[in-house]
Amino acid sequence: MTGERRESGNEGFRAPGAEDALERMSDFHLDVLKEVSNIGAGNAATSLSTLLGKAVDMRVSRVVPMPFNEIMEYVGGAERMILSVFVRIEGGISGNMLFVMGREDAQSLVRHMTGRTETREQGFSEMGLSVLHEVGNIMIGSYITALSDFLGFELHPSVPSLAMDMAGAILAFSLSEIGRSGDTAIVIDGALSLDGGALSGDGAGHIFLLPDPESFGKIFQALGVAGNGDH
Amino acid sequence: MATIRVGIAESGVVLNPNSVSTLGLGSCVGVTLYDERRKIGGMVHVMLPSTELAKGADFNRSKFADSAVPDLLQQMIRSGADQRRLVAKLAGGAQMFNLGGDTDSLLKIGARNVEACKKALSLLRIPIVAEDTGGSWGRTVELFSESGVLEIRAIGKAKTHI
Repeated sequence: MTGERRESGNEGFRAPGAEDALERMSDFHLDVLKEVSNIGAGNAATSLSTLLGKAVDMRVSRVVPMPFNEIMEYVGGAERMILSVFVRIEGGISGNMLFVMGREDAQSLVRHMTGRTETREQGFSEMGLSVLHEVGNIMIGSYITALSDFLGFELHPSVPSLAMDMAGAILAFSLSEIGRSGDTAIVIDGALSLDGGALSGDGAGHIFLLPDPESFGKIFQALGVAGNGDH
Repeated sequence: MATIRVGIAESGVVLNPNSVSTLGLGSCVGVTLYDERRKIGGMVHVMLPSTELAKGADFNRSKFADSAVPDLLQQMIRSGADQRRLVAKLAGGAQMFNLGGDTDSLLKIGARNVEACKKALSLLRIPIVAEDTGGSWGRTVELFSESGVLEIRAIGKAKTHI
């Protein structure tokens, strides 16, 4: 999921670089977060596989500290239309989670699950949206269950909500809480291959975990790796 | 004509014939200022309502309505704009997800951003001449310094000019 870089030449104020606390995170800690994503997204892949009755592969987890404006490029540009299910997590750790798919992948998924082709130019039928909402709900729910078991925390997810709109609009909202502390977020991205080559688009669903900055310490503490990571 | 693109929590000021735009405003608010006589336009992409929400003393002033709007005014003045002639337009402040919950939470951030931007403009005695705020959809906006027109684009909707 890469997009063109935005043009430069802004005369005005530029967002400052990565926030200190995030910059100080070691490669070791980033690897620990990658494992968190593998466990969460792996469980989500298993659930989706059961739901679809076919193989769903965990593709790759990426954990990347990125300035907000780079995150927009990472998901294909601020104006790219994406379908997204959002959940706010509170409890042992807090943060936001997003299940994200491109429009064409979402259409393929609906076609696979309902046997009906979504014909609308921009949007989806009520049934299509309801299928996608439920898929996102199941994926995020499975991820959170695995995360909760792995970390030994109780996690309380909000009611999942669906939106289909510009990536910038969806992502920036999801970064509001993190924005209180800085202009950089650690994006924990678990990519799922929904159906090999049969899907159009980039053929992947993504589950993003965006922990609030205070939660990273709790994650590392729970896993017994709270030191500075110089192992 | 060149277009200057401002990202999240960034600002920009342009002179005739250039334009300034920001992509995919959701709960964020695009605040624009315009001096019609000098044809100077400015925009800031506000993400959060108040610097009181900032954790830590060192923060990006363009992110919070109460610091971003006065800073944009200063930027306009430095570029030759006259504060007495400035008019403002607002776009964005949507609620992207229907989440319920209490209105104080950050989940209702869009409406709080709009309110905070209006308050900041009112403190500076800058009139708001047009707005396209609220709703549940994302917006891309572009301010043309030649005319002061703010163009708004959204997925599945006709382009509008305010």
